[in-house]
Amino acid sequence: MDLILVNLIDGLVTGLLLFMLSAGLTLIFSMMGVLNFAHASFYMLGAYFAFQISLYLGFWMGLLIAPLVVGVLGAGVERYGLRRVHQYGHVPELIFTFGLALLIEEVVQFIWGKNQMPYATPEILQFTAFSIAGNSIPAYKIFMIFISIAIFIGLLYVLTRTRVGMIIQAALTYPKTVEALGHNVPLIFMGVFGVGTALAGVAGVIAGPVLGTFPGMAFVLGSIVFVTIVIGGLGSLWGALVASLLIGWITTFSKAYNLRMEDLLTSLGFTKPEPIWDSAWRDLWSITSPQIADILPYILMVLILIFRPYGLFGKRDA
Amino acid sequence: MTDQLTTDTTKPAQRMRTGSMALPLIPWVLAAALLMVLPFIFTANSAITIMNQMAITIIFALAYNMLLGQGGMLSFGHAVYAGVGGFACVHIMNMDDFFAQIPLPLLPVFGGLMGMGLATIVGAFSTRKAGTVFAMISLGVGELIAACSVIIVAFFGGEEGISGDRTYGMPFFGVEFLQQIEVYYLIAVWLLISAALMYLYSRTPLGRMANAVRDNPERAEFLGYSARWVRFFSFVASGFFAGVAGALFAINYEILTEENLNTTQSGLILLATFLGGVGFFFGPILGAIVFTLVQTVLSLQTELWGFYLGIVFVVTVMFFPGGLAGLIMMHVPAMRLGKLNRLGVPYLKTLGSGALGCLGAAALIEMTFHARHASTGDHEMTIYWTTFDSHTVLPWILATAVTLIGFGVARATAPALAEAWGEANTPDGATR
Repeated sequence: MDLILVNLIDGLVTGLLLFMLSAGLTLIFSMMGVLNFAHASFYMLGAYFAFQISLYLGFWMGLLIAPLVVGVLGAGVERYGLRRVHQYGHVPELIFTFGLALLIEEVVQFIWGKNQMPYATPEILQFTAFSIAGNSIPAYKIFMIFISIAIFIGLLYVLTRTRVGMIIQAALTYPKTVEALGHNVPLIFMGVFGVGTALAGVAGVIAGPVLGTFPGMAFVLGSIVFVTIVIGGLGSLWGALVASLLIGWITTFSKAYNLRMEDLLTSLGFTKPEPIWDSAWRDLWSITSPQIADILPYILMVLILIFRPYGLFGKRDA
Repeated sequence: MTDQLTTDTTKPAQRMRTGSMALPLIPWVLAAALLMVLPFIFTANSAITIMNQMAITIIFALAYNMLLGQGGMLSFGHAVYAGVGGFACVHIMNMDDFFAQIPLPLLPVFGGLMGMGLATIVGAFSTRKAGTVFAMISLGVGELIAACSVIIVAFFGGEEGISGDRTYGMPFFGVEFLQQIEVYYLIAVWLLISAALMYLYSRTPLGRMANAVRDNPERAEFLGYSARWVRFFSFVASGFFAGVAGALFAINYEILTEENLNTTQSGLILLATFLGGVGFFFGPILGAIVFTLVQTVLSLQTELWGFYLGIVFVVTVMFFPGGLAGLIMMHVPAMRLGKLNRLGVPYLKTLGSGALGCLGAAALIEMTFHARHASTGDHEMTIYWTTFDSHTVLPWILATAVTLIGFGVARATAPALAEAWGEANTPDGATR
């Protein structure tokens, strides 16, 4: 029971981090219809910028400044890159963001090298918040949860309660009308892209010390983010939230409990072939749940696509 | 453009086209002859290795372009079809009894069928939609299968992959494929066959419908074609040829690992295809050749080749969405007007100085990289066959000057080039 609680917290941290990335991606996608393949790269940039800033000004200034820099960079990419490619169609847009992801990884390697950066959690948060039956929960995890939730609530508030949010939502569905009413729609697009990438930047800043700040960090998370928004349903913010938490918990729990395929198959009435190492099915028998934890989201995605192609919360086929 | 051709019978090119049916065969005969003599020109073993790699990449890029260029489907996980075909072939190589019964040159058929089988399964649910949705599904499935390589050890061999020996197959007219050159000709023949088949496929009604579905699925549906099935067939056919490429890889290297399946590999083939140009059949061929050369030659020269490649790729997507092939075909109107020669001098002025500027910029980048990342005390670096101390001021001034002057001249002469370009594309006597 106690272990379940610990895993619930761990899964929540992973899920909320994933949600920060997929929220930005979903926002950008539903706005402009373009999937930002380089989204996880902005997450990586967030971590690296914050590390560099923290060397001089400390962690908290990094948390403040790095997302802003990432957001400005993202807005620049939209203004000078994506807007130009837009005229060729959606597939070249995707290819452009893919190329951008490659380029950002190379640039990061160029500037910071290939090794992991010594980006650490701030000292003020290096204590145990509380412990559950001997399992200590670091304060930083609680901090991550609160930051993520605060940002989500803030985003929701801005989108649904403020004037700017109203214009953004209107521009989502009726860009022509909003433009005719005198609003600068391209500027809104640029702003949304900037905010989306800034969100990814925040995720990078707070995840960097825990998950490691290295050139492959975008690659590790990149495809999982896409899987998340496919499972949640393209363009649905709530779907992204549910899918992120689902993925966070599924992977955490399958890593924590060592379920063995052998036990499952035996209980279903199959007999184990002997000797096992000669059998063509040996891999099926030897699989354990921690082994497949990382590919469970992909399996989930394929299943979702077969049985519910528009995702959990999606209304349309995109 | 074609309308002009069919009406204007006074042009010699037009008379030839209507007169001879053998004309479309000329490029193929030339290609076959070229493939035949290439090993006699480049005799070094390393050159043959590069050419083998090139030929395999060409087949793979053409197969990829069946999706991207002809069907409008962007795949981020196409390496798995080639990889699985290759893995299957290595397994066949290891089945002693069975492999002794089949001649090695037939092995790619098995690889192709394996790739096709996998494509049939995946295509069943991934080809409902093109564009964004397809791209993401392909990414997810690609990652899934690549991740399986460390879990399903019986088939993928885990981290170290699996290896085989091609020489255990039945000798083919006495050839046992012990030497690299024999493998070269095997790959060359398969390259010709696959390229011809893929070209013919693009000319079938199905291949044409793939183009229609790419451009406007709704209209294609109104014509009575199911966009989904057209996509599905393109996908399956592409999976077959990807499998053939994978099988040839297995024959050439006799080993397959996780690297043949992963997303990096899928990304590289997208890069090669797009740089070559997806709009024309010869685009991917060109892309594969240039890309393999860059990969093998440039990567020996500099650690930063991925960085340069990334820049070139992003610039290509932004400014030349037609790729290299598109750039070449842009010159056809000027050639038809017989004014291509007028572009020579302006090109030399602008592009020449632009290239000089790029070299200067590359030197600056290399020097920065060396100054930052070389081990302490290691101040010597070599670039453009010159060795110097990267911590002195002179090389920096020199490289900066070359960069500025190169780009400056290119920028100053660009209007003249634009002028010449417009002039070369305007028929004589016409007013612009």
